[in-house]
Amino acid sequence: MGAVSAAAVALAPALAIAQEETGHPLPGQYHFQRSVTPIMDSIVSFHNGILLWTITAIVVFVLALLMWIAFRYNAKRNPTPAAFTHNTLVEIVWTVAPIVILIIIAIPSFGVLSDQLTTPDGERKYLGSNIFSFGEVDVPAPELTVKATGAQWYWTYEYVDQEKFFDSNMMQEADRTATKPGQPRLLAVDNELVVPVDTTVRVQVTSDPMGVIHAFAVPSFGIKIDAVPGRLNETWFNARETGIFYGQCSELCGKDHAFMPIAVRVVTKDEFAAFMAAFEAGDYAAANATLAAVQ
Amino acid sequence: MTDTVHLQAHATGHDIASQHHEPTGWRRWVYSTNHKDIGVMYLIFAIVAGVIGGLLSGVMRMELQEPGIQIFHGLAGMVYGVNGDAALDAGKHMYNVFTTAHALIMVFFVVMPATMGGFANYFAPLMIGAPDTAFPRINNIAFWLLPPAFILLLMSLFFEGVGPLQNGFGGGWTIYPPLSESGHPGPALDFAILALHVAGISSILGAINLITTIFNMRAPGMTIHKMPLFAWSVLVTAFLLLLALPVLAGAITMLLTDRNFGTSFFKSAEGGDPILFQHLFWFFGHPEVYIMILPGFGIVSHIVSTFSRKPIFGYMAMAYAMVAIGFVGFVVWAHHMYTTGLSLDVQRYFVAATMVIAVPTGVKIFSWIATMWGGSITFKTPMLWAVGFIFLFTVGGVTGVVLANAAADRALHDTYYVVAHFHYVLSLGAVFSIFAGWYYWYPKMSGYMYSEFLGKLHFWIMFVGVNLIFFPQHFLGLAGMPRRYIDYPDAFGMWNRVSSIGYYITFVAMIIFFYATWEAFKKKRPAGDSPWGVGATTLEWTLSSPPPFHQFTTLPRIESTNAH
Repeated sequence: MGAVSAAAVALAPALAIAQEETGHPLPGQYHFQRSVTPIMDSIVSFHNGILLWTITAIVVFVLALLMWIAFRYNAKRNPTPAAFTHNTLVEIVWTVAPIVILIIIAIPSFGVLSDQLTTPDGERKYLGSNIFSFGEVDVPAPELTVKATGAQWYWTYEYVDQEKFFDSNMMQEADRTATKPGQPRLLAVDNELVVPVDTTVRVQVTSDPMGVIHAFAVPSFGIKIDAVPGRLNETWFNARETGIFYGQCSELCGKDHAFMPIAVRVVTKDEFAAFMAAFEAGDYAAANATLAAVQ
Repeated sequence: MTDTVHLQAHATGHDIASQHHEPTGWRRWVYSTNHKDIGVMYLIFAIVAGVIGGLLSGVMRMELQEPGIQIFHGLAGMVYGVNGDAALDAGKHMYNVFTTAHALIMVFFVVMPATMGGFANYFAPLMIGAPDTAFPRINNIAFWLLPPAFILLLMSLFFEGVGPLQNGFGGGWTIYPPLSESGHPGPALDFAILALHVAGISSILGAINLITTIFNMRAPGMTIHKMPLFAWSVLVTAFLLLLALPVLAGAITMLLTDRNFGTSFFKSAEGGDPILFQHLFWFFGHPEVYIMILPGFGIVSHIVSTFSRKPIFGYMAMAYAMVAIGFVGFVVWAHHMYTTGLSLDVQRYFVAATMVIAVPTGVKIFSWIATMWGGSITFKTPMLWAVGFIFLFTVGGVTGVVLANAAADRALHDTYYVVAHFHYVLSLGAVFSIFAGWYYWYPKMSGYMYSEFLGKLHFWIMFVGVNLIFFPQHFLGLAGMPRRYIDYPDAFGMWNRVSSIGYYITFVAMIIFFYATWEAFKKKRPAGDSPWGVGATTLEWTLSSPPPFHQFTTLPRIESTNAH
C-alpha cells in the first residue's frame, strides 16, 4: 500500500508541469508549490530530481526484497533453512553503497544550502534549477530591505530604508468574502507586503521583543526562517513573477498560530515605484490605492 | 541470538518457586521487587496511557477532517460553559493542549514504559540468564514514580495555562520559550515540568538498574559478544537515557526558575537566549528518538531470526550498528533547528553528521533482510509485525534522509512532512515493534496463546489504517501545510480527510487488539514453554510459560561451540 503511494509520489514532478496557479496550495496537491525564485528552483530540483527518486528507489528495493523473501523463503517452499551468518562482500557493499549515495546527495545539498544562506552581491552565481552546475544564474545585489516582525498574531512589515511600516492581519471570513473573495480562506490578509518583481529583496526577520517565536515562510519563494525575540535573522528572495504569494507562520506561537498568514504581493518595478512614492508621502492605504485592487 | 551459542538452562526453576515466600494480593504488585511483575505493570501502564494518548489524537483528527473548526469550540464550550468567540478562543488553545499532551504522553508514558520499562525489565534479565535485576528495589521505585508523573501531567491539563478559559500547556512537547515562559504564565506548565522531572528520575533509575544488570549479571559463559541483541539494544538505550535525560532535567529546571524565580536563562530582553533552550532540548531530544526505537531494533532482530529459523546475520555488525547510532545520535541535534538562523558552517556540519546515521541504519535493515534470506519463514503474527516494522521504518528512514538536508528542510521544516516522517518511525516503527514484541512474548508472559486469526487481523487493519493516516501527510507537507494547525486553507482538505479516515480504521484495529487480548485470557489455550519452535534460541524459551516467580536459581551455563 505504501509502495503504491510512493510510486504515485514519484510521478509528481511530471504531473506538476501542468499546473498553472501559483502562490498558494491547490486542492489535493501532493508536491511543492510552484517555484518563482532561483532558491526554490534549486529546492525543487534537489528534492524532485534527486531525493525523491533516491528514496523511492530504496523503498521499492527493500519492498521487493521483502516480497521475494516472502515468496521464495517461506516454510512451504524452503523447508530447510540455511545457516549462513556472514558474507563479507555483501556487508561491505551495503555499507559502501549508502555512503556513495549519501555523497552524491551531499554535493548538491551543500551547494543549494550555500546559495540559500548567501545574500547575493551581484557577482556570485547561483545554481537555480541546475544543481549540479557551478552556478549559472545571475542574481543582483539586494535593492530593497524589508523587516518582518512577528507578533501574537500578526506580522508587522517595515521598508527599512524608507522607514515606513504597517501591520498585516489575516482577514476574517466576513471581510474576505466581502472584499477579497478570490483570495484563499486563512491566507488572505488586509495589507499585503508589496515588493517589486525581478529585484533581490533582503528580508530581516525578528519578533516582538516581549513576544514569542514565530517563523516567516513563503513556500513558492523557498524561504523559511524563525522570528526570534532579540535576534535579527536574515534571508532573501528574488521573485520573477508578479502575483500574490502566500505563506503561513511556521513556529507554534499560541492559540492563533494558524491565523497569521504571510502574503507577499509582487508587482512590476514601475508599480512598486508609484506604491513607494505614495507610501512615503502618506500611508499604506494611500500607497495600496495606487495598485489594482486585490479581488 | 548468535548462531555460535548453544543455550542450555540447567535449572528452570520449576521447583524453586515453592521454596520462597511469594507475596500475594496487592502486596505482590505494590511492593514488587520482581522484574517480571514490574515489567507487566509497566506494560499495563503503557497501555492505559496509550489509550489516553490515542484518544487525544482521535479528537485532533476529527477536528482536522474538514477545513474550519468543528470540534474544539464545542468541546471548550462544554468544559468552560461559554459560547461564541470565547468558546472559539478556548477551543484553539485546547487544540494546542491536545497536541502537546498527545506527544508527551506517547513519548514519556507509552513508548518508553513499554520498551525500556516493560519488555526490557521482563526479558533482558531472562535473556542474559539472571535471576532478577541488580537493584530490585530501585526497579520498584522506578516504576512507582511513573503513575505520579503521569497524574501530574494529566493535572496540568486542568490548571490555568495562558489565562482564564485557557487551561493546560499548549506550547508543544518541545516547550520552547518564550511561549513556555511569558506565553504561558499560569501554573499548568509547572505541573508538566514536574511530571517530566519525575518521569526522568524514573527513567534514569531504570537505566542504572539495567546497565548494572547487563554488565554484572550475565550467566556464566555469556560474554558481552554472545549476549542476545535485545539485551544489547537495552544496554545502548540505557546509556542514552543516562546521558540525555540529565540534559533535559537541566533545561527544564532553568525553565522552571525563569518562570518562577526571576532568572533569565532564556529571556532575550534580560540577556538570556531562547535558542539556548532549543540546543539543550534537542541535545536530549534527538537521543530520545533513538531511545524510543533502539529496543524495537532488538525485538525485531529476535523475531526475524526466530520465524526464519535462522541465526541473526552479522551479529557483531548489528550490535555495533546500535552503538554507532547511539553515539552519532548525540552529535546531530541541531538538525531540528535549521530555520533558527544557524550559520552556514554549522548547518553544513549538522547535515553531514545527520546523514552519517543512515549508514548504520542501512546495515541493520539489510542485515534483517539477510537474516530472512535463505530462511524457512513462517509468517505468524509477530513476524508480520516485524516485517511490517522493517518496511515502515525504511519509509520513515528515507524521509529522514530528505529532512537531514538543510537545503530541502528549508521547505519542509515544521510542515506535515515532518509529522509524517516522525510518525513513520515512531507510530509505525516503534509501535509496530512493540506490538511485534507483544505478540512474540505474550504466550511467554501469560502462558496463553492468543488467536492467530485475531492477531493477523489486528496487523492488517492497523497496517492499512496507519499508512492511510500518515502517507498523505507527506503530500500535505510538500504542499506547505504547517504542523500544529487547528485549521488550514481549504486546498489541504482532501488529504486531511483521507488521513482522518485512516484514524478510524486504526481505531478498529485497536479494538481488535483489546478483544484479542481478552479472548486469549478467556480461552486459556496453553502456550507451552517454547511455542515458536526451534528458531527461538534465547533463554526465556527454556523457562515455563509464564516463567516461575524466581528463575535461574541455579544459573544456566552458556556453552559456546564455535567462535565468530
